[in-house]
Amino acid sequence: MAAATLGLLAVIALEVLYKSSADGVGFETWRPVVYAYVLWGVAIGIGQVLTRGEDGQRALFLLPALLFTIAMVIFPTLFGFYIALTDWNLSSFSGRKFNGLDNFWQMLGDPYYRNALFNMVLYVLAVAVEYVIAFGLALLLNAQIRARKFFRVVFLLPLMLSPVAVSWMIGKSLMEYRFGPAATLARHLGWENPAFFSDPIIARIAIMVLDAWTFIPFMMIMLLAGLQAMSREVLEAARVDGANAWQTFWQVTFPLMLPVSVTALILRIIFKLKLADIIITVTSGGPGGATDSVSSFIYREYRDRSNVGYGTMLAMAYLVIIVVFVTWLLKFANRFVRNVN
Amino acid sequence: MSVQTTEYVASEIRSPASFLASRVFIYGALAFWAFICLFPIYWTITTSFKTAVDVTQGHLIPFVDFQPDWKGWRSLGLSPDSIFQTSTVREEFLKRFMNSVITSVGASSLAIVIGSLAAYGLTRYRYHFAWFKNEDISFFFLSQLILPPVVLALPFLVLYREVGLLDTRVGLILLYTLMVLPIVIWIMRDQFNSIPVELEEAALVDGLSIWGAFFRIVMPIALPGMVAAFILAMVLCWNEYFFAALLTSTDAKTIPVMVASQTGSQGINWWSMAALATAAIAPLAVIGIALERYLIMGMTAGAVK
Repeated sequence: MAAATLGLLAVIALEVLYKSSADGVGFETWRPVVYAYVLWGVAIGIGQVLTRGEDGQRALFLLPALLFTIAMVIFPTLFGFYIALTDWNLSSFSGRKFNGLDNFWQMLGDPYYRNALFNMVLYVLAVAVEYVIAFGLALLLNAQIRARKFFRVVFLLPLMLSPVAVSWMIGKSLMEYRFGPAATLARHLGWENPAFFSDPIIARIAIMVLDAWTFIPFMMIMLLAGLQAMSREVLEAARVDGANAWQTFWQVTFPLMLPVSVTALILRIIFKLKLADIIITVTSGGPGGATDSVSSFIYREYRDRSNVGYGTMLAMAYLVIIVVFVTWLLKFANRFVRNVN
Repeated sequence: MSVQTTEYVASEIRSPASFLASRVFIYGALAFWAFICLFPIYWTITTSFKTAVDVTQGHLIPFVDFQPDWKGWRSLGLSPDSIFQTSTVREEFLKRFMNSVITSVGASSLAIVIGSLAAYGLTRYRYHFAWFKNEDISFFFLSQLILPPVVLALPFLVLYREVGLLDTRVGLILLYTLMVLPIVIWIMRDQFNSIPVELEEAALVDGLSIWGAFFRIVMPIALPGMVAAFILAMVLCWNEYFFAALLTSTDAKTIPVMVASQTGSQGINWWSMAALATAAIAPLAVIGIALERYLIMGMTAGAVK
């Protein structure tokens, strides 16, 4: 085990040496370091079993995932924090240079980034509407109906489809201004000029609708599972007590569904915070950056302007905001569920 | 029991009109939402059989409004008359398709293997790594779910270039594994928790090692959960766009990137785009319909206590 660690350190040292001196012995890329890391991991595993017996065998269950995640997350994130403090544009020849907090100050004054953050607030708020629809659908599927399996499969289908294909199918084709069926329908309903992606507010709503279309099934399935797990007796009791359907829902079903609802909402919000592909493919952030999510904005910062340093700073700031927000959300949700029950 | 049944019947008989109204409302709402879910898919499939005139005039129903044509599929080299000829477009398409298959199957398998092991370890044994206990380790894994792809994307772009993994399937597989690992661990933890520990204790008494007990006793029972986690991971990897768009260029490009790269060009070929979109969504639509049970199982794991 010690030998393997030494080996890993030796390869890394060799590589650093090679990069810094740019001549002499060494490898062309950093790839040997990756191999060395894998070998080191294997050696650690074998060492665990040999030295610690049964305890080592137990540790072996956890080690692969742990080593993998640490290598894939911790290192890039730390590296990312370093990049964030550099002025690095891939298209310029000067290469990477350290510039301290300049990116940070630039970020604070960037109206487009602030707009993207504001959009994320709107997009997250849209989850509330999705939740209402998803709950309604779950109730429908839980009612005494025929062909339940058919409807469940159909309702689940949008979730299967690639968001990029969906953006094309709905965003670019169905909502196409001249002849898309959605536009035609809107004209029939009296909207003179059904351009879905030229007015900032309507464009935002259109993006929300597209995203909702793919993700409503996700919450619906979780809520449906919650409804099916609910005991029949409670509902019967409410009915016997003379409560009508409306009262039963608000006083029995809804409170009992609260824990499932909270889980579904939190997971959905986490997914929503990653929203990017639909925006990139449908509007590229347009009109004028109005529909940008943070992810799609950073994506273009890199793709169009090759601005790695600044883009990474934006991403890292977003990470901090998300971690704070989600931590608060989890705490709040916990307390909320406990208070109600 | 019988009392309750009569109660039901009584309430239904009480107002047949309102019962009928509620039936109409329920089925109306179901049909309406089914239409919303299916129409875009219907539109895409039919558009792949349309010619330019049919698209711009908004024709909807095949054989009534317009005459189906293989034009869209011919542009992919997949129509009946072009399927036996060599075509570069088809090779391009098949290459992307294979990339998608290999990356998503590879990443899901890898995630299932290391994720199941970790989940099993976490549900059965107590660990201490420095000051980290089981709960902390679980939280560490699950918290990766919060990490937005955009945070990792740029560092990975730079690192992969250094390591020589840019634009390779292996690079994508590693990233996708990372992406689905928390979900796999979440589902499998739920699975293993539902299996009674007594089974393994009996196996250990019979002389199996702990790994033997895992492979011979626990894994067969947990197999449905593994299938569920695998399918859910497959869906996520197959549809992934963000990393693929940033980290691949020619060799390892996947289907979503191919679909997205066609939309930008001016003068969209509606029929060929529709054919491409249909081909991109078809595999998952089939999986979704055939293995819906497992999908639901995966999605609801841990949601209902």
